[in-house]
Amino acid sequence: MYSQKVMDHFMNPRNMGSLAQPDGVGRVGNAKCGDIMQVELSIQDDVITDAKFKTFGCGAAIATSSMATELVKGKTIQEALQVTNRAVMEALDGLPPVKVHCSLLAEEALHAALWDYAQKNGLEIEGLEAPVEDIGDHH
Amino acid sequence: MKTIYFDYAATSPVRNEVFEEIKPYFSSFFGNPSSIYQLGQEAKQAIETARQTVARVLGGRTDEIFFTSCGSESDNWALRGVAEALQQKGNHIITTKIEHHAVLHTAQYLERHGFTVTYLDVDQDGLISLEELEKAITPKTILISVMAANNEIGTLQPLKEIGAIAKRHGVLFHTDAVQAVGHVPLDVEEMQIDLLSLSGHKLGAPKGIGALYIRKGTPIHPFLLGGGQEKKQRAGTENVASIVGLAKAMALAAEEMEEETARLTVLREKLINGLLEKIPHSQVNGHRTKRLPGNCNLSFAFVEGESILMLLDAAGIAASSGSACTSGSLDPSHVLLALGLSHELAHGSVRFTLGLGTTEEEVDYVLEVLPDIVARLREMSPLYEDFMKKTKEETV
Repeated sequence: MYSQKVMDHFMNPRNMGSLAQPDGVGRVGNAKCGDIMQVELSIQDDVITDAKFKTFGCGAAIATSSMATELVKGKTIQEALQVTNRAVMEALDGLPPVKVHCSLLAEEALHAALWDYAQKNGLEIEGLEAPVEDIGDHH
Repeated sequence: MKTIYFDYAATSPVRNEVFEEIKPYFSSFFGNPSSIYQLGQEAKQAIETARQTVARVLGGRTDEIFFTSCGSESDNWALRGVAEALQQKGNHIITTKIEHHAVLHTAQYLERHGFTVTYLDVDQDGLISLEELEKAITPKTILISVMAANNEIGTLQPLKEIGAIAKRHGVLFHTDAVQAVGHVPLDVEEMQIDLLSLSGHKLGAPKGIGALYIRKGTPIHPFLLGGGQEKKQRAGTENVASIVGLAKAMALAAEEMEEETARLTVLREKLINGLLEKIPHSQVNGHRTKRLPGNCNLSFAFVEGESILMLLDAAGIAASSGSACTSGSLDPSHVLLALGLSHELAHGSVRFTLGLGTTEEEVDYVLEVLPDIVARLREMSPLYEDFMKKTKEETV
């Protein structure tokens, strides 16, 4: 059902945990649909220097959180915005159709963390919109 | 790695005794039971002997047993067959919110075709209220369908009392006994059951065989039209080998039931109590005693079921979950929600079902492995982090 890469990121998640002093925190999803993702970012001079996640959810939710945080580390904010759900899925060698929403959740969580960073610092990030409060019914 | 199997409610391996018994019917006795020559008549005889066995185990008569392809077919036939036959008399059916989808989706189908259906609530243990059942009966009610044992939580319904109520009101009583047959005592006479669905592969017979008990005189339309098999009620060349296997498995299960129930109950209680003790913030789903001997269903707060199953699988353990992620929809188990569980707890449920092959060593292995799995996932869970922070604040 899952690719080897998904299994690898599920069994050995990268960047699991929290940051002592995150610059941006995003949390999306809800317990109703069974997935909640939290992404924390450290940002210095427009570059994401560290990323951590915590996820309540299925195997795909954990694997997409792991991969999404892995993909944005070391990237500039603008580069990180290019890390779409499609990019996360491709990096994981695909997801079963019923799990595509997990990758959307990972993208949303990243955007929510960047939004939080922008809000805290009075910045406007081009191409970034306020996170949707409840994306439980996103598909 | 050897799989440690804890999913007997999903399916069970064919028992050796059953396999040996049915082998000749694939080759030596391959005849079509409808053929008049000896080879055909031998197959016919095997079916009739099997029918006698099934009838004896259920407490019914031989001519009240009809073989089908599976439990779902039996459920579909019972509901649709009775509804069609009695639509002039009434259009109301009573069932429960925790039925298997084979009953629920058939009930919904009937709703789209002019029938009205009452779906009874259950209490936190999964039991229906007999009072509510009786109150739901109207002059238009033609059928009550309540499952004998729930497939997810193992709760056993009071069939005898339901049968008495149905009889008193002149309403037919169907029970989906797919999980119960071979595991708990059933008697269609004592329980006044008019229709009973069962399936072979839940008790060591092959997949692809089921039966519907239909009390003599019950108005019901045939399900499959075609040849004259099963007294023209269910056409299709009989699955001779599997019919023989079903009867063998049911006879064995009836003989062993008392001893096996005692053995499994001890193992089940060890598993349930061990997990409750070792894993904080966990709970049992379903009734603690009115329960299938092999069913263990627990919810673990702050974690999600599919993740638990994947880590169990990596440890060689096969189990199942009421999580949405194992069903292909966003909603978790309708059964767990009907008990009043939150979505979060329903997503965090795991079902272990024990059977003939289950040993105490296997139970011990789950008790050794699962606490670490849940702890590992809780480390990852933002909900657990919230909970720990809150607990800390409250204690400060």
